[in-house]
Amino acid sequence: MADVVLVTGVSRYLGGRFARLLTAEPSVERVIGIDVIPPPHDIGDAEFVRADIRNPMIARIITQAQVDTVVHMNVIATPLSAGGRVSQKEINVIGTMQLLAACQKAPSIRRLVVKSSAAVYGSSPRDPAMFAEDMGPKALPRAGFGKDSVEVEGYVRGFSRRRADVEISMLRLANIVGPGLRTGLTDYLSLPVVPIPLGYDARLQLIHENDALRGLLLATIGPPVGIVNVAADGMITVRQAARLGGRPTVPVPLSAGGLLGQFVKRAGLADFSADQMQYLAWGRGMDTTRMREVLCLEPEFTTRKAFEDFIAHAGSALPGTGVAAAVGGLAGSAAKVLTRSHSSRRND
Amino acid sequence: MADPKVVPIHGGSTASKGGSGDSGADMLAAGAARASGERAKRRRTPLLTDASGAEVAPRPLLSASDLSATSVHRPRPVPKSGRAPRRAKATRSSVTTARSQPVTTKTVEPPLATARVGAGVDDLVTFAIATLRRAAEASGLSGDDIERQVAATLAFVRRRLSGDYTVDDFGFDEDFTENAYLPLLRPLYQSWFRVEVRGIENIPSAGGALIVANHSGTVALDSLMTQVAVHDEHPAHRFLRMLGADLVFRTPIVGSVARKSGCTLAANPDAERLLASGELVGVWPEGFKGVGKPFSERYKLQRFGRGGFVAAALRTSVPIVPCSIVGAEEIYPILGNLKTVARLIGVPYIPVTPTFPLLGPLGLVPLPSKWIIEFGAPVDTAVLGRPAADDPMVVFDLTDRVRETIQQTLYSLLLQRRSVFF
Repeated sequence: MADVVLVTGVSRYLGGRFARLLTAEPSVERVIGIDVIPPPHDIGDAEFVRADIRNPMIARIITQAQVDTVVHMNVIATPLSAGGRVSQKEINVIGTMQLLAACQKAPSIRRLVVKSSAAVYGSSPRDPAMFAEDMGPKALPRAGFGKDSVEVEGYVRGFSRRRADVEISMLRLANIVGPGLRTGLTDYLSLPVVPIPLGYDARLQLIHENDALRGLLLATIGPPVGIVNVAADGMITVRQAARLGGRPTVPVPLSAGGLLGQFVKRAGLADFSADQMQYLAWGRGMDTTRMREVLCLEPEFTTRKAFEDFIAHAGSALPGTGVAAAVGGLAGSAAKVLTRSHSSRRND
Repeated sequence: MADPKVVPIHGGSTASKGGSGDSGADMLAAGAARASGERAKRRRTPLLTDASGAEVAPRPLLSASDLSATSVHRPRPVPKSGRAPRRAKATRSSVTTARSQPVTTKTVEPPLATARVGAGVDDLVTFAIATLRRAAEASGLSGDDIERQVAATLAFVRRRLSGDYTVDDFGFDEDFTENAYLPLLRPLYQSWFRVEVRGIENIPSAGGALIVANHSGTVALDSLMTQVAVHDEHPAHRFLRMLGADLVFRTPIVGSVARKSGCTLAANPDAERLLASGELVGVWPEGFKGVGKPFSERYKLQRFGRGGFVAAALRTSVPIVPCSIVGAEEIYPILGNLKTVARLIGVPYIPVTPTFPLLGPLGLVPLPSKWIIEFGAPVDTAVLGRPAADDPMVVFDLTDRVRETIQQTLYSLLLQRRSVFF
């Protein structure tokens, strides 16, 4: 179905892995990867073209190579790795605009696959427990990556109106975790002591990087799917995540969260922006019925398994680990002694 | 119960030491060391056990009564100086009776174990258990029960600390609800409000159902008590999944406890999702109008929202169980409302009750009224069919019917009630 595939953001971790996965696919003839810096990792048989999606040059590449499928993976969630918030917004919003403008002009384009994010649903106390694809956010994300994602989706909607013949697949991915990936959330949960908004315990729904890539692959080579939520089964809470990772938690007032986030970011500890504080207070869940029925993706990892896979690779060589483990161990051994004395008595 | 054959196990731990027969001075020193260890233990036990409920926590204090005391009579606290040696002796003597217990070997060396941390912890724990058992027996409770409860509590603490629990899509944490949340509410339910439940058989044992109840009481304690009633009185021990206002979820701590105990936002998508997955859902359609109404309007039902709950039940074809709660109106009688202050803070009302701003925090103690919760006969919605949910007339009609049923039941319960407090 897809003959020539153009993948943007190929020098980033997921983009690179996706390009490699795509080249292994027999139905795909040619994979062109573009980014502004050469990929630091292996991208398989994919051809790398150094180009900036913010530059109209991109249109020439599309027409020359007769690209029929564009996979847009260059919407960046981590401001630090993009070179700051300004440049992140530049890449996300202006980049998408330019890319879509180029696609609109190219008659060869048959499909557009966009890696969007669950961040478009925002996070507020008025949210339903699970967002379905047809629900809008109760509180529009007003800053950062969430706002970018909303704008990107807006441009994609505009594009689909103007080019009704192009099939659109837009995946709203939950927070991706995995052994190789570094995101704002994984940075945050790897902090030696995890600050948690005081009095809140948000639900997190994650997706393992393997499952996310499989989803993108299905959307690229399978039938078109429209907008689909992609997330693993089950939930964990922020506090539970910290404990699974063996991190002690420290409560901080929600209003001080932004300040703290900025401090953490300045200190280079984590790529953490203030708007994430909302998410850490109220969390979010997504309905994945369409993922199963339309995209035909059955995630291999549940949210908890995905997180444990990340923890196993992130290691826990941290000073705080001992305390929680010791207290937990003490309680555990006490419980064991009790049950032991119990069972022995019953035997008598 | 305090069965003499059971007691010695822990005594047994220290027993072999006493049995070995050493000089008096040695004995005294060892006894003192043990006693101080036990004292430390006693200080620590309440911390470990307090989550498990009211029964366990107070006991350790009673352990001051030494073993020579029978369970019938509780001796007064003995002056401190005399205490330690006496207890040590008593321990020894009780110990000699049962030496054959398996635990014995483990615990023989408490005073020597200081070098090895692991062993020290083990000893510490065993000591704690011994103290606890003695305390329990002294106060006439079965040591076995207490032990089981402490073991369960410790296992719970361990699960919480290691993150080894699951929450469902709505954030409901069964482990927390079963082991911490409901046990904390139970004393209020059983001893303070002495809730009487009628018609629990009207709640189905399986499958979805929507419980609709009247709301009252300034603070929404009625919903919490209904939750306890459904879980404790129903043979299937079902959890009631309540629908709450967004203010609940916006409030720190309250919001997260609400989610963990099974609450979710009162909105149609959530209600329908819960009902469709076969959960028991509780809704209080009067909302803040009901909880915050003045005392003079007690037991007069307010408007039942916009009937959204009926539409949700119709769409999922689950029965509606009307529920009438009597007694909650009297826990904090609202005499006035500080509207301006409420507006400033952004809450629906700030009540003035006979005790509230007057006595300060003491005013937060609810009056101990006697409660009756009656579940009425379920209203079948399946016969009306799913499309009925989009017919406003049917929805309003059904809403009114449910409201009338609850109102009538309230009046008849009020007639049957002897007094507010008994």
